[in-house]
Amino acid sequence: MSVDRPTRIGLRVVALGYLAVLLLVPVGLVFYRTFEKGLGFVWDSITTPAAIHALFLTLEVAAITVPLNAAFGVLAALALVRGRFPGRRLLDALIDLPFAISPVVVGLALLLVFGRTGWLGPALADAGIQVIFSVPGIVLATVFVSMPFVVREVAPVLKEIGEEQEQAAATLGAGAWQTFWRVTLPAVRWGLAYGVVLSTARAIGEFGAVSVVSGKIAGETETLTLLVEKRFQNFDLAGAYAASALLALIALGTLLAMSVIGARKSEA
Amino acid sequence: MSSIALNLRTRPSGRPGALGLGISTLWLSLIVLLPLAAVVVRSTEGGFDTFWNAVSSRQAVAALRFTLEVSLLSTLINAVCGTLIAWVLVRDRFRGKRLVNALIDLPFALPTIVAGLTLLALYGPRSPVGINVAFTQFAVLLALLFVTLPFVIRSVQPVLLELDRDMEEAAASLGARPGVIFARVIMPALLPAILSGAALAFARGVGEFGSVVLISGNVPFDTQVASVFVYKQIESDNPGGAAAVSVVLLGLSLLVLVAIRTAGAWGSRHER
Repeated sequence: MSVDRPTRIGLRVVALGYLAVLLLVPVGLVFYRTFEKGLGFVWDSITTPAAIHALFLTLEVAAITVPLNAAFGVLAALALVRGRFPGRRLLDALIDLPFAISPVVVGLALLLVFGRTGWLGPALADAGIQVIFSVPGIVLATVFVSMPFVVREVAPVLKEIGEEQEQAAATLGAGAWQTFWRVTLPAVRWGLAYGVVLSTARAIGEFGAVSVVSGKIAGETETLTLLVEKRFQNFDLAGAYAASALLALIALGTLLAMSVIGARKSEA
Repeated sequence: MSSIALNLRTRPSGRPGALGLGISTLWLSLIVLLPLAAVVVRSTEGGFDTFWNAVSSRQAVAALRFTLEVSLLSTLINAVCGTLIAWVLVRDRFRGKRLVNALIDLPFALPTIVAGLTLLALYGPRSPVGINVAFTQFAVLLALLFVTLPFVIRSVQPVLLELDRDMEEAAASLGARPGVIFARVIMPALLPAILSGAALAFARGVGEFGSVVLISGNVPFDTQVASVFVYKQIESDNPGGAAAVSVVLLGLSLLVLVAIRTAGAWGSRHER
């Protein structure tokens, strides 16, 4: 459709205007408000013991969650794309559940299983394992909400590359594992990388599910996003902005990684 | 013979496939399905009456209703604006387009609590432009518009890129005006993508929590959304009530997922 120039420019202005009002100006303002008081203030604000603990806890949770999601994602994608078994479509549909469920419901669900009076909580407590109000609970919540990312990135790539190379490897005498490591995995690497980036961003930024199961104990189970909320509620607006800016920088890094890996992915 | 050959052909990587199936089913059951089952069981523990009383309490009904309304409205707005933005990103040429394109995903990458704080900075009490909508229903709408922005754009963009322009040119050469071409040629091709993006956005809106919790002010019967209602019930040690409303939300999520799948199956059948 070749629209005339005024229409095209009009549409462009509306589209960019919507993005500016909703997205760019607010995010820009948060950075402005953060650095309004000077770099020194921001630095002090994100290097308090509570903030450093929150940062390391957040990174620790991501470091546990993301490899788990990556392994699950590749296995599940293989099963979905290459497998022929009854219930495959059901499994395929169920994998999307975490994307459609409210994070608060996720938190509640974990509470009801692993909490003090939950299904498995008492037994785990007897074994000396505390899940809720402790790091394992945060990890479980994060694994839950970020589970589909890798599957949904790897599965279409697997489908597209087909099975010919794998068959060739098998014909030449490669075992199943050898085929997987030498042929399948390298072929899906950019899809996997993209899924890992999305999964990492979600793991670092998760708030709702974590805020239910963590108990928000300062210096113990407080992640960066929970710290933002606490500072805001304690009227420490500048502190909340500083922690937010740190998270926003991570988000911008994510976008950068997405566009670099995305380009590689579409080349391959 | 032929069935054996077929079998060999379709499963060269039989072992990782079978292993993957077992492990991934187990993992999904343990982390996702078992906890969700616990929510359903807990909601009906006191019998159906307890469930119904919790769901039909005035505050719960108000929260659910507002959640549905505001999610529908935000979905509608983003379906229109998202399609428009996708069109501009695919068909228009301007400086900085690649940057704009990369920034579309920002709402996916930005933590929801930061999104809420961000909107509050511009449209809250300390607004530099003098617009203060904090703690109003409009603020909730704004938050949902922000977090669901990428869905429709990202689902329409690839379809628009692949769209065969010959049809549009043919329509134009036959004298159709741009408006008619858009309505009769482009729109029908984009509609499945718009609907599936919108459905995802709607599901996200219904469950949204982080971006709404600060900016809504959580006023019962006014700005309280379902997810914040559930959160408050958990905080005030009423897991039964929280579970009941959660089951309603879960039902909605399932409904949307089924709708997307059905629409997808329908769309791909028609392509062939």
